[in-house]
Amino acid sequence: MAAHVDPGYKGPLEYSTEESRMNILGFWIFLGAEFVLFSCLFAMYIILQGSTAGGPTPKELFEFKSMLIQTLLLLTSSFTCGLAIHEMRRGKSKGLAIWLIITLLLGLGFLYMEIEEFLLYVNHEGATWGTSAFLSSFFVLVGTHGAHVTLGSLWMIGIIIQVLQRGLTPRTTRKAFIIGLYWHFLDVMWVFIFTVVYLTGMVV
Amino acid sequence: MRWDEFFVTGDPMIYAADASIVLATIAIVAVLTYFKKWKWLWTEWLTTVDHKKIGIMYILAALLMMFRGGVDGLLMRIQLAAPEMKFLESEHYNQIFTTHGTIMILFMAMPFIFGMINVAMPLQIGARDVAYPWLNALSFWLFFAGAMLFNLSFVIGGSPDAGWTSYTPLASLEHSPGVGQNYYLWGLQLSGIGSLASGINFIVTILRMRAPGMTLSKMPMFTWSVLITSVIIVYAFPILTVALALLTFDRMFGTHFFTVDGGGMPMMWVNLFWMWGHPEVYIVILPAFGIFSEIVSTFSRKRLFGHNAMVISMIAIAGLSFIVWAHHFYTMGAGPGVNSFFSVSTMLIAIPTGVKIFNWLATMYKGRISFTVPMLWTLAFIPNFVVGGVTGVMLAAAPADYQYHNSYFLISHFHYVLIGGVVFGMIAGLYYWWPKLFGFKLNERQGKHGFWWFMIGFNLTFFPQYILGLMGMPRRIYMYTNTDWSALNMASTIGTFMQGVGFLIICYNIYWSIRYAPRTNEADPWNGRTLEWAIPSPAPYYNFSRIPEIKEMDPVWYAKKRGEKVIDGPLEKFHMPSNSGVPVIMGGLFFVFGFGFVFGWFWMAIPAFIGILICMATRSFDYDDGYYVSVDEVKKIEGV
Amino acid sequence: MTKKGLVKLGAILPFLLLLLTGCTEKIDVLDPKGPVAQEQYNLILWSFALVSLVLIVVFVLFTIILIRYRERPDNMDYEPPDTHGNTKLEILWTLIPVIIVMALAIPTVQITYGLEKKPEQEPMKIQVVAADWKWIFKYPEQGIETVNYVNIPAGQKINFQLDSTANMNSFWVPKLGGQEYTMPGHTGYLMLQADEPGEFDGKSANFTGEGFAHMNFKVIAQKPEDFDKWARETKATAPKLTDEKFQEIIKKGILEERLTFSGTHDDSVIETVHQYRKKTGESGGHEQH
Repeated sequence: MAAHVDPGYKGPLEYSTEESRMNILGFWIFLGAEFVLFSCLFAMYIILQGSTAGGPTPKELFEFKSMLIQTLLLLTSSFTCGLAIHEMRRGKSKGLAIWLIITLLLGLGFLYMEIEEFLLYVNHEGATWGTSAFLSSFFVLVGTHGAHVTLGSLWMIGIIIQVLQRGLTPRTTRKAFIIGLYWHFLDVMWVFIFTVVYLTGMVV
Repeated sequence: MRWDEFFVTGDPMIYAADASIVLATIAIVAVLTYFKKWKWLWTEWLTTVDHKKIGIMYILAALLMMFRGGVDGLLMRIQLAAPEMKFLESEHYNQIFTTHGTIMILFMAMPFIFGMINVAMPLQIGARDVAYPWLNALSFWLFFAGAMLFNLSFVIGGSPDAGWTSYTPLASLEHSPGVGQNYYLWGLQLSGIGSLASGINFIVTILRMRAPGMTLSKMPMFTWSVLITSVIIVYAFPILTVALALLTFDRMFGTHFFTVDGGGMPMMWVNLFWMWGHPEVYIVILPAFGIFSEIVSTFSRKRLFGHNAMVISMIAIAGLSFIVWAHHFYTMGAGPGVNSFFSVSTMLIAIPTGVKIFNWLATMYKGRISFTVPMLWTLAFIPNFVVGGVTGVMLAAAPADYQYHNSYFLISHFHYVLIGGVVFGMIAGLYYWWPKLFGFKLNERQGKHGFWWFMIGFNLTFFPQYILGLMGMPRRIYMYTNTDWSALNMASTIGTFMQGVGFLIICYNIYWSIRYAPRTNEADPWNGRTLEWAIPSPAPYYNFSRIPEIKEMDPVWYAKKRGEKVIDGPLEKFHMPSNSGVPVIMGGLFFVFGFGFVFGWFWMAIPAFIGILICMATRSFDYDDGYYVSVDEVKKIEGV
Repeated sequence: MTKKGLVKLGAILPFLLLLLTGCTEKIDVLDPKGPVAQEQYNLILWSFALVSLVLIVVFVLFTIILIRYRERPDNMDYEPPDTHGNTKLEILWTLIPVIIVMALAIPTVQITYGLEKKPEQEPMKIQVVAADWKWIFKYPEQGIETVNYVNIPAGQKINFQLDSTANMNSFWVPKLGGQEYTMPGHTGYLMLQADEPGEFDGKSANFTGEGFAHMNFKVIAQKPEDFDKWARETKATAPKLTDEKFQEIIKKGILEERLTFSGTHDDSVIETVHQYRKKTGESGGHEQH
């Protein structure tokens, strides 16, 4: 009952079956739960950011350049992800795949920069997540976001393969659309991290 | 870790548990092999995505856990009846009350409600399954992995002993160096993720899969309660996920979230725990409210009074549940402003709850009340829950709470609401929907015996505890020297044994009925009102051969009155999802993953995690579209 | 069935009456011996009266409905009316709980603020240290220290300052007043007073592990002149509290005997437990390296 396209359906392909509509709705709800999860981590960070316990403070620690490159990479990847969905809506499976691959590469670049930043803190500043409550909450908040990007990247590889294998079907378009939602969500979370963690940390 | 530390040793009770686990495993394997049931077990149960079977597995697990948690309770009561006998050592007692609380809330109440939801909700809305049957199976196996992991702690490595609330700094590595606390963290984490997935699943099911014509205002009250509960789950469980993860990091990787040193804040655990924990209480009680609403209306032969008020009051309870968490620690000294706010917000919950109680009474008013077993549990719920509820209002007054806090007064209060509300509700639901699942009623006479033993035992157990609390008996003590407390403690213990007898009678009732009860296969044995009573009993695996058109509340009831059929029209083939072995395998991998983390064995956890990722990829690349059920098959099953 | 239901109700009500009239002497919370406990007791009684009202209304309605509308052989053909609801009635039973909640909320808020009010004259200070598993009482003004018992002058407000070396405890003397957590790294306050001389049970109400059940103490209220005499004599005759002795006392372990010392421990000993925190507090998070 769920997997077939309703006769006379005119809208976007990813919404064409009841199953797809349910999956997309469910994913939105899941993002709501993710939002709560990140809210808790943000709350912990805001509460603990002053508890440096003799370790480095945000101001001393944060690297402006690295953070800026990461932000640019991720924001651009969100844009290219949007272009991918745009291509999908135009019925171009190749365009979808290519833009997704670019998104993935930008995501991987972001991850590379983030890991490098973490390693810099740990190796050069001796600032590990065991140093102070501030650093615990910093590494866990930013690291959780990073772990999401990692998982999202693995997921995106799977979706790209499926799009290349099967072209644009109600299923592949739905899957691509959902990972697009996820990717934009991670981007929004990064904007919060950028503001709450880095900008506030460097100014205050 | 040395091997003699790996297995818990030195206590006859634990050796007995070891032996019984080994024997039970051998027995199960032997029986399955002898009767050649392995294939049956795999294809019919382990790989099933049928919501009813998943529901049955949840309920079975819940009853098992109720037995385990109940035995814990009995052991505690034996110790407290005569502490001078030194039945239990402090360490052992601490483990037992910790596992009692954790198991009863997370591994008994939660699976019991999920079981009831799975069994009844899709049937009530005229759906053939839930929105994501595969995910539903995964939720169950995640819960099961978590529950088994938690229970394993008893024989391997040692149980957690910092209370079910696991407050830091007591639960920190410094004060609880054993692996018990890790079991707590991972057992809850796994089942918590399963619960979150269930919540999403149920919301989408209810929003998108209702039979045509069933608007939200015509939706049965139980389904309404599930919808609201699921919303709470989605917003509360991520908080638990975070809290558990952070404490895990503290214990395993030396972070400083809840430590006293390094700038951590132990009270943040308490805050996060109750920001999840209080909504959690409503997660387990609201579905029970839903079940009571169905049963009251069915057995009073009257429509539920004030449908809209019932829904609004549940929504109000759900909303308030997120802004009352600090009433669990008024005594922290956060200042009069904070305490006043949380006092008032907590008292406000009494208003929607009161509305519900009066609406249930009004439903019975001018009805024709028949005292079946499900109705008995429902009727017992009203006075017992009101006793628990009004003492909750007394506890809400912060300055008075300074005197009740952490005393047996509190213990009694939450047992009155949780047993009188949730357990009564789940047992009522079990008796109520049993014939729909299996085609026969549970024996009523035995059921009534079980009810009275349990009900009287329950009051005898917990009523004296109100007074003990006022006498100044704190919770979680394994011994006391104050002889004024002895008599009431003894009464309480006797009551616990009566509850145990009641539980055994209920189990026997189930066993007896399975063997001897006449198979009536009545579609509508209770003269029901909602959609589940329109389909055959036992419910066929596809539930509805045709999806009915809904015109009103209680469609089956009014159709009966008019002499119409609810399910009518020509048969057509329809689509059903395929079974899958991936969820159960993933459950197993999650178990290994969690077990590896409990002992800090990354060589075990990492391969298991990779296995989980592979399972997820398998799922993503799986384009199985399910299968179609033919008209002939439906005709064969329904005998048309 | 209804008969049994009545029996059950009948069994519960005497318990309730016992609470109100019966032997409250053994029921610590209902036998207040100081103004704080008294005020809380008044609130408890008021809340109990309000909820009793609810209990009685619900129980009476419940019983009447069960008896009146139960299924009997002679009413099997009775067909209940098809009522959907009644807005007026529903508004009524929304308003009743609203009124009851208001009747409870107002005094609750008043008393919550009232208990935090600063007394006019500076009260006597006693520092309480909860260690695993014993209670330590330091009299900074008298220069003495006791373990597992605390003497106080009757009729005076005492400012208990609550601290903890390791786990979170809860300091509770039911006859004198409600409890307050003792938290590591955070000093709490609890103002209590005993009206008359007497001995009162005190306990830890928050679980702290193995020896938790053994963490009891006595509050001994004396006439002020007796208290002064006791304090002077203790100062003069009790053994000196050395650093080693104090370290030995706060070490994890059950200690149930009562100890008395002249001289007091240095607060910095407790503070070292929370030294990292302390450092952060002083630097406000801006300490440079």
